[in-house]
Amino acid sequence: MVTRNDFRQLSDWVWEVPPSFREDMRVPARLFTSSEMLNSILGDKTAEQLINMTTLPGAVGWAAAMPDAHQGYGFCIGGVLATKLPDGIISPGGVGYDINCGVRLLRSELRQEEIAPHLSTLMTSIDQYCPSGVGRAGRTRVTDRELDRLLAQGAKWALEKGYARQDDLEYTESGGRLPGADPSKLSPRAKKRGLTQVGSLGAGNHFVEVDVVEEIFDEAVAEAFGLSTGLIVVQIHSGSRGLGHQVASDYVRRFQQAVIKYDIRLPDRELVCAPLNSREGADYFGAMCAAANYAFANRQLLTHQVRQSFEKTLSPHTRRFDLHQVYDIAHNIAKVETHSVEGQRIKLCVHRKGATRAFGPSIPESVLSTDDDLPAAYRSIGQPVLVPGSMGTASWVLVGTESSMQQSFGSCCHGAGRTMSRTKAKKTVWGSDLRTQLEADGIVVRAGSMASLAEEAPVAYKDVDAVVDIVHSAGLARKVARLRPLGVMKG
Amino acid sequence: MFKEIEHTADYAIKVWGADLSELFVDAAHGMNALTGGEPDRPEISREIALEAADPETLLVAWLEELAFLMEVEGEMYSHFEVLALTHTALWIRARGGLATRVDKLIKAVTFHNLAIRESKGTYETTIVFDV
Repeated sequence: MVTRNDFRQLSDWVWEVPPSFREDMRVPARLFTSSEMLNSILGDKTAEQLINMTTLPGAVGWAAAMPDAHQGYGFCIGGVLATKLPDGIISPGGVGYDINCGVRLLRSELRQEEIAPHLSTLMTSIDQYCPSGVGRAGRTRVTDRELDRLLAQGAKWALEKGYARQDDLEYTESGGRLPGADPSKLSPRAKKRGLTQVGSLGAGNHFVEVDVVEEIFDEAVAEAFGLSTGLIVVQIHSGSRGLGHQVASDYVRRFQQAVIKYDIRLPDRELVCAPLNSREGADYFGAMCAAANYAFANRQLLTHQVRQSFEKTLSPHTRRFDLHQVYDIAHNIAKVETHSVEGQRIKLCVHRKGATRAFGPSIPESVLSTDDDLPAAYRSIGQPVLVPGSMGTASWVLVGTESSMQQSFGSCCHGAGRTMSRTKAKKTVWGSDLRTQLEADGIVVRAGSMASLAEEAPVAYKDVDAVVDIVHSAGLARKVARLRPLGVMKG
Repeated sequence: MFKEIEHTADYAIKVWGADLSELFVDAAHGMNALTGGEPDRPEISREIALEAADPETLLVAWLEELAFLMEVEGEMYSHFEVLALTHTALWIRARGGLATRVDKLIKAVTFHNLAIRESKGTYETTIVFDV
């Protein structure tokens, strides 16, 4: 049991448990949070899971948890861990089951008043074009051979098929394609789950949301991102669907034996791992990159389908129905990156589970490989950091900072973070009541399941504004724009 | 016997059984309950045989098998006859039908703090599911 007294406060926003706390800790555990929010985080097993992360072989610096951190399994959600290569470990549980779950932000050419009369029709159209909910298949069918190409090429596959524009890829993390993908490392089951789900949203907390830019906090950066007050934007939150879940399950199970082979002692079997330079580690990395590419392609198809919805609904009224990509980021992933640790530039495997990249401007070229660079337009500014709020609440666009490179291996929060269990949320909130409340607040809701809607009630989440205040104050990212929801579609 | 327990982000159940067979069967019933679904007429029958290195891995493999059949084939199983079960192998006959009224799919069965414990003739475990 970890208590507040076990933490030492390093600054207003950084709390640390030193390695002396437990014999098996290899590095400190650092929590980025406020004094007030620390109490909430200590209400579940987040801190214990963060400390467990520090026991993994090859861990460097410290294991970090973002202010939206909450209890997960294995790693806490909001956890960041870097291991030193070549023999530092990679852990499927440190990526999570929804590999490359992430967020995409599109900006429209329209103001709120222009879209208001058509919003309800638009949300219905998005609901029709973007299959969502339990077990729903996508609109695009692929053959086994096509799927292998998709897994190798990611968003580039979508470009070749006419579902993307060159700009979309440029404004996607890693260009929408991880070159380490090896489709041969996926099981037949993983591929079978992936065949029918390309272009589908999924269920749970995945959504398509139409927002208005409510407030700008940094005019220069907002201008570079193409954002201005009153502009309509769209967020898409989805991942690698059943294919990614199967890849994670396959390798978590396979790695149960790998830890015996490599004599790795763990406090939780979900933390199973293998050295990245081992056969098991390399196989998982190849499969994980392929699943990440599936997610990039999936969000690209959803983008295409949202564009179709905008065109169908708005073209009778305006020619300005187009959507342009601001950025697309992953928040469940492990990446090979170069960082400065104790004055030395070393290659690391950075796990971000419920955390996003937050790279600042003026990053030396060596930090990123050439195919993993920021878009030219953002290089001197920093990377957009997309932080969706809970349903019905604000979302944020931030920009990465140089300071995040020193503090969190260039990482930031990924959302508001849950505080209430799904079970309790369903007992506390009726989905139909929530829908009525959201609509009374002027938010158009399209939801497949009322029970699922209740689980995602804002009361089950932390205050996203408070979470963003912490990362802004701690210097992990800077505020750029606050978004207010107008319409949400979820499974 | 199973009981849903609180988990901040996902779902978890605690399962008890008089023996390992009952534990495996009730874990399946517990997972089914989390989905909110039920099979229509039990017209489908499958024999499932699995092997694993230890009982916990076998339990995860068993539940993952059912989760896979639900997502890919739309099938849900509610009647089980354990034909053979050791610590490393399971052979089971499952009867069920097409899943109806499902409002939550199980993404994955995790190993998080997973341990099957036996005490005074009762087997128990807690399973966390990613949803």
